[in-house]
Amino acid sequence: MGALSIRNVRRSYGNVHILKGINIEVEAGEFLILVGPSGCGKSTLLNIIAGLDKPTEGTIHIGGRDVTHALPKDRDIAMVFQSYALYPNMNVAQNISFGLEMRNVAKAERDAAVQRVAKMLQIEHLLDRKPAQLSGGQRQRVAMGRALARDPTLFLFDEPLSNLDAKLRVEMRAEIKHLHRTAQVTTVYVTHDQVEAMTLGDYIAVMKGGMIEQLGTPDDIYSRPATRFVAEFIGSPAMNIVTGQRAANGFASHGVDLALNAQQRGVIGDAHAEGVLYGLRPEALTFADAGLPGTISLLEPTGPETLALVDTPLGKLMARVPGKVHQQLGESVFLRWHAEDAHLFDAKSERRIG
Amino acid sequence: MNSTSSPVSAAQSEPPIPLGTRLAEWMPKLVLAPSFVIAFIFIYGLMAWNGYLSVSASRLLPNYEFVGLGQYVTLWESERWWVALKNLGIFGSLFIFFGMAIGLLLAILLDQKIRVEGALRTIYLYPMALSFIVTGTAWKWILNPGLGLEKVMHEWGFTTFTFDWLINPDRAIYTVVIAGVWQSAGFVMALFLAGLRGIDDSILKAAQIDGASLPRIYWRIIIPSLRPVFFSTLMILSHLAIKSFDLVMALTAGGPGFATDLPATFMYTMAFSRGQIGLGAASATIMLATVAAIVVPYLYSELRTKK
Amino acid sequence: MSAASTARPFDWHRVALWSVLLLFALFFLVPMYVMLTTSLKDMAQIRDGNLLSLPTAPGFEAWSKAWSHACTGVDCSGLRPFFINSVLMVVPAVLVSTLIGAVNGYVLSKWRFPGSEMMFALMLFGVFMPMQVVLLPMSQILGWLGIASSIWGLILVHVIAGLPSTTLFFRNYYVGLPDELVKAAMLDGAGFWRIFWRIVLPLSTPITVVTLIWQFTNIWNDFLYGIVFSGAGSKPVTVGLNNLANTTTMVKEYNVDMAAAMIAALPTLLVYIVAGKYFVRGLTAGAVKG
Repeated sequence: MGALSIRNVRRSYGNVHILKGINIEVEAGEFLILVGPSGCGKSTLLNIIAGLDKPTEGTIHIGGRDVTHALPKDRDIAMVFQSYALYPNMNVAQNISFGLEMRNVAKAERDAAVQRVAKMLQIEHLLDRKPAQLSGGQRQRVAMGRALARDPTLFLFDEPLSNLDAKLRVEMRAEIKHLHRTAQVTTVYVTHDQVEAMTLGDYIAVMKGGMIEQLGTPDDIYSRPATRFVAEFIGSPAMNIVTGQRAANGFASHGVDLALNAQQRGVIGDAHAEGVLYGLRPEALTFADAGLPGTISLLEPTGPETLALVDTPLGKLMARVPGKVHQQLGESVFLRWHAEDAHLFDAKSERRIG
Repeated sequence: MNSTSSPVSAAQSEPPIPLGTRLAEWMPKLVLAPSFVIAFIFIYGLMAWNGYLSVSASRLLPNYEFVGLGQYVTLWESERWWVALKNLGIFGSLFIFFGMAIGLLLAILLDQKIRVEGALRTIYLYPMALSFIVTGTAWKWILNPGLGLEKVMHEWGFTTFTFDWLINPDRAIYTVVIAGVWQSAGFVMALFLAGLRGIDDSILKAAQIDGASLPRIYWRIIIPSLRPVFFSTLMILSHLAIKSFDLVMALTAGGPGFATDLPATFMYTMAFSRGQIGLGAASATIMLATVAAIVVPYLYSELRTKK
Repeated sequence: MSAASTARPFDWHRVALWSVLLLFALFFLVPMYVMLTTSLKDMAQIRDGNLLSLPTAPGFEAWSKAWSHACTGVDCSGLRPFFINSVLMVVPAVLVSTLIGAVNGYVLSKWRFPGSEMMFALMLFGVFMPMQVVLLPMSQILGWLGIASSIWGLILVHVIAGLPSTTLFFRNYYVGLPDELVKAAMLDGAGFWRIFWRIVLPLSTPITVVTLIWQFTNIWNDFLYGIVFSGAGSKPVTVGLNNLANTTTMVKEYNVDMAAAMIAALPTLLVYIVAGKYFVRGLTAGAVKG
């Protein structure tokens, strides 16, 4: 029994099924990320956890209590919205203490909570201002302060960084992570940005079409993606995937023999008749003197590394090479990789094999 | 941390929904209900009652004896009713036409970056702040045959000018048009101006780069994109015209005789001064049918596209 | 959009533009000018001069007569009692219909439930319905309630008749308030009413002003309900004015008529001059739905 239990939650509107049976257990103090493309149902799930929406089937338990039918205010949760939703007619201090005021907390305690939170987030100098007078990052902090002041069992974040510019996003990400380590509150965080997902979460649930494709640690998700979708969704630039067949010598795609190690050879049995998907992350490819031949069609130097799109018999492959590249556009290169860096998926089910 | 997402249908027994949640769910409905019920009764209930009165034998007092379409027959045989309908046609079409034309013209002119636009707008619109009674009373004086406009024209040298429209049975209805347009043109202007201002500037700039002249731009691009405003204005003016009562009462009291009667004044006279409640109710039902025929399709299409 | 006025010293386009605009300005202003000047003249001047001539010895006698001794049918106590009736009627009617409209708009925009849009659409028809169709039944009902001849009857009718418009105004405005504000407040522990009082209402100042002005103008200027639903002692100023200007008992005193018209028009005119832009917003908001 953890801090949050989502059991068999389904959400449908007539014939449209937004959530098709979600089961997640979150232990106290853990940071869970819900990530996925638009329409995958992550925001709906968050709203159901918050009590702003009701599941068609299934239950939600917070801190051991069944809260499926409880009002949001009775669930002991706090939420930070994408647009922060600060009350425009109140100043920062009133915004932060509003939740406590609604729970009839005494003024002295409310003020103490405001001070505590303001200090933690370094917004003491902003307490008298109205939201319209704050910058994006400051509003973000006030929104978090409002959530922190309630000292809830569960924190919910709904894409809170989407409205910030890139630099601010990086700063705030670090702050949220730091905050979580200090306050140790169980958190569920929704985002469509996979970098945020990888850097912030203890556990990531990758969602698609109302179902969870994979739930695991960032390392699990990255190193052992359970489905093709997860493999392509997490990691930027996306994993290179080619379709191959069992061949006389082992495995081939587009007429090119692809080396397999012992474990992989064992795993590709007769069952995968329609073929096998062979995936390689861009950083697994290196330029070498021998290997898969190809011509460079695009070069994107990003500073610490270079992204190179290489035209090969297997198709266009994206390689990620550290530092600068000596070759020019149009020149030939050879790509090499280690067999164990390959990810194998069944072509039909798109699920991982080995 | 574990998860599965296979579609398992587990029939779990749910705990009862707490009272607080139930109340919270019902609160919005409870709050809206009285207004809805009252509005519903007021609009549809009374409409139905009026409908029943129109098929009853009521005269001075309500008499709920059913007489079928007897009142309607009397209605359509009444010369006065036909005069009222004819007047509505004349008044309605002229009122709408001139109101829209002047309003659109003023809006286009004001859109040309005039310095005193604010002051001019205030001037064009202030008549809407007046009661139709005030407007009718003022114009009754202005169009006074003898002491009003006629006299001014005479003193300016147009000695053969006559303006006795107000007491001329054939012309009196046009005085109502004049007063009505005076009151409402500013409103039409405000609507069109808002519509014009809502047009994306970049479309106009593109047209200018393409070499179109100003009148061309107006004719081919701007006016067509004002179609929604046209329709809503048309709707509003139509229903104002059909409901016109105050203006006629103040300007001509329906006269001379009943030469400027409109359905609204007909209904009032029949129901409240002539002791013909059933007839009045019948005329009111006809008015309702006319308005509904215009408004309902419009509202339906508006609400459908505004999803 | 600008007319092609460059550095040319004499732009005929602009001249034409201005002429038309000014002509129309005159068209709209002259009646007010006539009303005002006529009210300041005495009957001799009116007969000697014409509509447009300035008063030779302007005075407020007509005004004082219109206010306190002019005949409005049987009584000759001027517009004063009618004016007072209008005030007594307008204030409660405006306040109540605006408040209820605000709460309704709040429900329809932030607390939608299945059927609420349909209820709204049905209520909306009330904005367009010709009132002739409820006059007869309504007078019956007011009679049963015992308020047919009192100000309360008028107040009730105006509140009910105003509900669809005020609801429309507030609902359209509240739709523009972010839903997340309400959600955040719900999570903070506020319920339906607290969210309304503490968050939504404080943010409603613009639309409240628009609605108050709109309701005030419409209710003050109304004539139809005023004449159908009032008794001898509860007639509003529009009815008084119409009676005054249409009495056939005595010699027509046009200056008194005009003074009375001015008196009846002043409250709404003043509101328009002071808060005109809100008035315009009300017109365009109600008409151009969405």
